[in-house]
Amino acid sequence: MIEPKNKNKLTFATIEVNAGLKKAIALSRADIIGELKESGMKGRGGAGFPTSVKWNLAAAAKGEKKYVVCNADEGEPGTFKDRLILTDYADLVFEGMTIGGLAVGSDEGIVYLRAEYTYLVAHLEEVLAKRRKDGLLGKDILGKKGFNFDIHLHMGAGAYVCGEETALIESLEGHRGEPRNRPPFPVDTGFNGKPTIVNNVETFAWAAAIYAKGGAWFNGLGTEKSTGLKLFSISGDCEFPGVYEFPMGITVADLLKEVGGSEAKAVQIGGASGHCVPAADFNRAIAFEDIATGGSIIVFGPDRDLLDIAENFLEFFCEESCGQCTPCRDGNPKLLEGVQLLKKGECSMQYLNELLSLAETMQLASKCGLGQSSPNAFVSIATHFKAEILGRTGKAMQGGK
Amino acid sequence: MLVTERDRMKDQIYALADQLGRERSSLIPILQEVQKAYSHVSSFAMQVIADALGIHPVEVNSVVSFYSFLHTEPKGRFVLRLCRTISCLMNHSEKVAKQLENELGVKFGETTPDGKFSLEYTNCLGMCDQGPALLINDKIYTHVTPDKVHGLIEECRAIFGVHAMQQKEGH
Repeated sequence: MIEPKNKNKLTFATIEVNAGLKKAIALSRADIIGELKESGMKGRGGAGFPTSVKWNLAAAAKGEKKYVVCNADEGEPGTFKDRLILTDYADLVFEGMTIGGLAVGSDEGIVYLRAEYTYLVAHLEEVLAKRRKDGLLGKDILGKKGFNFDIHLHMGAGAYVCGEETALIESLEGHRGEPRNRPPFPVDTGFNGKPTIVNNVETFAWAAAIYAKGGAWFNGLGTEKSTGLKLFSISGDCEFPGVYEFPMGITVADLLKEVGGSEAKAVQIGGASGHCVPAADFNRAIAFEDIATGGSIIVFGPDRDLLDIAENFLEFFCEESCGQCTPCRDGNPKLLEGVQLLKKGECSMQYLNELLSLAETMQLASKCGLGQSSPNAFVSIATHFKAEILGRTGKAMQGGK
Repeated sequence: MLVTERDRMKDQIYALADQLGRERSSLIPILQEVQKAYSHVSSFAMQVIADALGIHPVEVNSVVSFYSFLHTEPKGRFVLRLCRTISCLMNHSEKVAKQLENELGVKFGETTPDGKFSLEYTNCLGMCDQGPALLINDKIYTHVTPDKVHGLIEECRAIFGVHAMQQKEGH
């Protein structure tokens, strides 16, 4: 397996492993969460919930047993930065989880790893074994009496929806990965009904970095509402695909310049569940207050047929919908049919508008993030590229590859 | 004493249940182990697992049918899963798909008659910057092109040969 060289240097490479844990271990629980609060970090999975708030709620929740869960079910199309973090910086992830355990009062961490990444298991087990040997996991960690914490891996079994935190918990409990109604939230009623924090791989790694370098350092980077740095998985029609680190708030145009993709006619930001951003909007910023993303960036060159892309994403959602709620289960096949009609040039504007109205219903009425976001790509393509998608006469005219 | 396959499987499942715990949360890990050993989870296995965990077999079936990496029918010794997500498609994974079908003589979703290879599509493998990506059992291959497909399959056949020999010697 060939691992491409990072095109820009990641901050993770400069962080001294365990420096953050050593610092956190000397702090009170309130001060640990305070440091995270100062950093202003929002969850790196893409939903953008402030991590310190999540930790604080779990810390305040009553219960002897609590869990720290690392969401390593990286399944969003176009995302691969968690794979790189787990390969190169697993220590930082486990360190972040350990600090999380300290902050919320948990003694058990679980990494929910997607089945597709089974080849990482041996490496991760090795890192865990070394940490146990070095007194960084187990009983009385780093000599702190009563601070017990250990981490084990739990394998997923191939279901995209399990990246949604309540579906992930259902899966951990041995059920179908069907999202739960919220509230109650996992911080209160999580795995086995116990208070649980579920954070993304990257979030835990940044947490370790934040304790090593200070919350103020992180807060000074990025934008006011989206602090800090973020990893991006960049693929598609660009010269240098790979994992990049940029401060939050970078514009789409600047990002494209870095990766050699300035000719793009559109960029898919946020994976299949994200938005297709047209060239006219490349001055917009990638940040929670503008275009939010978990880090998936797919670049589309001038020759790409956007209906092929919408079709691919909708096929994905038809298959990955858990089937629990109607808008998502029945809506996605209807949208897919619509895209296929558009491809054949047999879709009227009236019908397209009906599809857009259906998409809105799905966004409003679906139970979880999967169904709520599955129409996004279709809606943005249908909104921004009407001239390209309507009135097709046949294959030769499409201009696609 | 003659031990039937079913008795052996039953003992194995109960041993697994004891080892992993008889809680509901052990269900998926048990299923994964059973599948590793028998290449699928049969109706009989589901019944035994249900008994061992004290749940209804339909509960076990509902879980097996939900997850794409669990299956109730035997699969080939090698399961080839080609990524069909957009980034790999933009790197012409459809050509790799065609060549895989040509080399194996089966379509996607099928298993070769000799039981060696199953061909499947899968969603994003997290190798979007290095596509097309192909997962063979637990091993990932990147930058797969149609001309490389034959070699990859030969590699599997070679492993299969060694494996079969070892099994023979073991008995």
